[in-house]
Amino acid sequence: MQFNSFSDFINMGGYGFYVWLSFGATALILTFLLISSKAGHQQIINQIAKRKQREDKLRQARELRKQQNEQQNKALNEVTE
Amino acid sequence: MTLKAQSAQKTETLAENIDSSVVKATVIDSTTVENTVVDNNAQSSQQLSYRHAFMLVLKRDLTIAMRHKDDIINPLLFFVIVITLFPLGIGPEAETLSRIAPGIIWVAALLATLLSLDRLFKSDHIDGSLEQMLLSPHPIFVLVLAKIFAHWLITGLPLILIAPLLAVLLHLDENSYTALFLTLLLGTPVLSLLGAVGVALTVGIKKGGVLLSLLVLPLYIPVLIFATSAIDTAALGLPYSGQLAIIAALFFGSLTLAPFAVGAALKVSTN
Amino acid sequence: MWKWLHPYANPEVSYHFTNKLLPWLSALAAIFLGIGVVWALLFAPADYQQGHSFRIFYVHVPAASLSMGIYFAMAIAAFSSLVWQLKLADASAAAMAPVGAAFTAIALITGAAWGKPMWGTWWIWDARLTSELILLFLYLGVIALHNAFEDKNLAGKAAGILTLVGVINIPIIKYSVDWWNTLHQGSTVSKLGKPSMSLDMLWPFIICFIGFSLLVAVIICLRFRNEILARNSIRPWVRELVQKQNS
Repeated sequence: MQFNSFSDFINMGGYGFYVWLSFGATALILTFLLISSKAGHQQIINQIAKRKQREDKLRQARELRKQQNEQQNKALNEVTE
Repeated sequence: MTLKAQSAQKTETLAENIDSSVVKATVIDSTTVENTVVDNNAQSSQQLSYRHAFMLVLKRDLTIAMRHKDDIINPLLFFVIVITLFPLGIGPEAETLSRIAPGIIWVAALLATLLSLDRLFKSDHIDGSLEQMLLSPHPIFVLVLAKIFAHWLITGLPLILIAPLLAVLLHLDENSYTALFLTLLLGTPVLSLLGAVGVALTVGIKKGGVLLSLLVLPLYIPVLIFATSAIDTAALGLPYSGQLAIIAALFFGSLTLAPFAVGAALKVSTN
Repeated sequence: MWKWLHPYANPEVSYHFTNKLLPWLSALAAIFLGIGVVWALLFAPADYQQGHSFRIFYVHVPAASLSMGIYFAMAIAAFSSLVWQLKLADASAAAMAPVGAAFTAIALITGAAWGKPMWGTWWIWDARLTSELILLFLYLGVIALHNAFEDKNLAGKAAGILTLVGVINIPIIKYSVDWWNTLHQGSTVSKLGKPSMSLDMLWPFIICFIGFSLLVAVIICLRFRNEILARNSIRPWVRELVQKQNS
């Protein structure tokens, strides 16, 4: 142990500001990077899920329209018959 | 004047081409006319030599440049204005000015080249002739080199010619004029070559201008360092052949490697 | 000989592999970094010349050398993606760029914070700091090019070419900056020069270095995972995975 007391440790022999600035900045940047990278995973999954929902909805709408068209055609045919 | 005559001749031959073939287009822009000439030639004669292809692209680019003269003049004007701004900002003392003159001239040259770079592939990309060029049977290396050479003739050469005049304005040391000339002569082609890589990468992007400077400027640093130091050394009356040799090495290095990078980048950009 | 590598060219396999790897890497990184930082801050002796400001060294040097190393790794990935058309190499290069930029920024900030007590100014045009600054510009260029393209695959290829051009230029830039520096400031003796380190300084340094390298590996793995998902979003296995995650 190089330091006698906690205030000594904070002071760093007069260089406290610089030492803590560099360690603090490093910690800040790295935690930010770590958290944003970690959060990116869930974000991408949500994005893909949303896109999938939209595609499903579009597909359903298309099928619905197809059914309706068929019914209409049937109705038309019946009328002509 | 000779260029104009050549271009006129070309359009004439093209008119004949059009007459003989069944082309229905009535109004054809002059530039696209040029393009079709290149393409026709490229397709009709597969054995077109490299030198011929090179000259063809070079001539085409020069003719186009001659038709848009303001594209040549504007970067030059920018170069001159930037340099006149410095004495106004720093003060007219001859001593300070001559101390910082090499740096100012070179930085202004970098920026002027950067401004003009955008034109290298942009209009060709927009009208589709770039894609045609990539599809032609000639190696991209040759065609790209021709385009870069044309760009240097249009932007680099006028810069070199006007630089002594600006050096007078900045009280550059009398011993350094040759050094300034030589470094510009060897250095500006490097700027064009390296810049071409950046343009080729950003040509497909809509707002590529700012991005281009971000990509290209860091690559220009070695040229800047050695060129300014050569001029400084010359001002002291010392031999500066070492710096010149390094700039020459940079020139030959980029001459051999940059066209490959440009070719690859163009393939990505035009996709 | 290379057969064992083949399965990892499949995005699904390598996605699950990184998933399995991540907890181990994170644990190792936490252990090494924890020990290293505590040792560096509390137990390592103060330098006889620089006093306790020497402790910045334990962050600055690993960050600086990792920032260079990541660029070279990125260049290797870019090369293999351009030559052998490996899609995953592309993804890994894209994952590395922001990490490298962050470490370059750390090296610059800690360099400035170390420079203030040593040289008396925050910034000095020291050769190493200058080349680090230029390296940051190169990284930012690559990242900007990545963001400029809509299509991720195209972006990867374009950024790969830029990375390769940059990696050829890095030695030239470094050499020219060193040379420029000696020319203009021959008198200033670089105080960040190699001190002959005693063993009780060397050990915490090595542990810190390993810790930071592991942390880099962790972050790259995290980002690599995201890149794989983003690039394969229409594949069925990704769809299944998304469904499993969200249900």
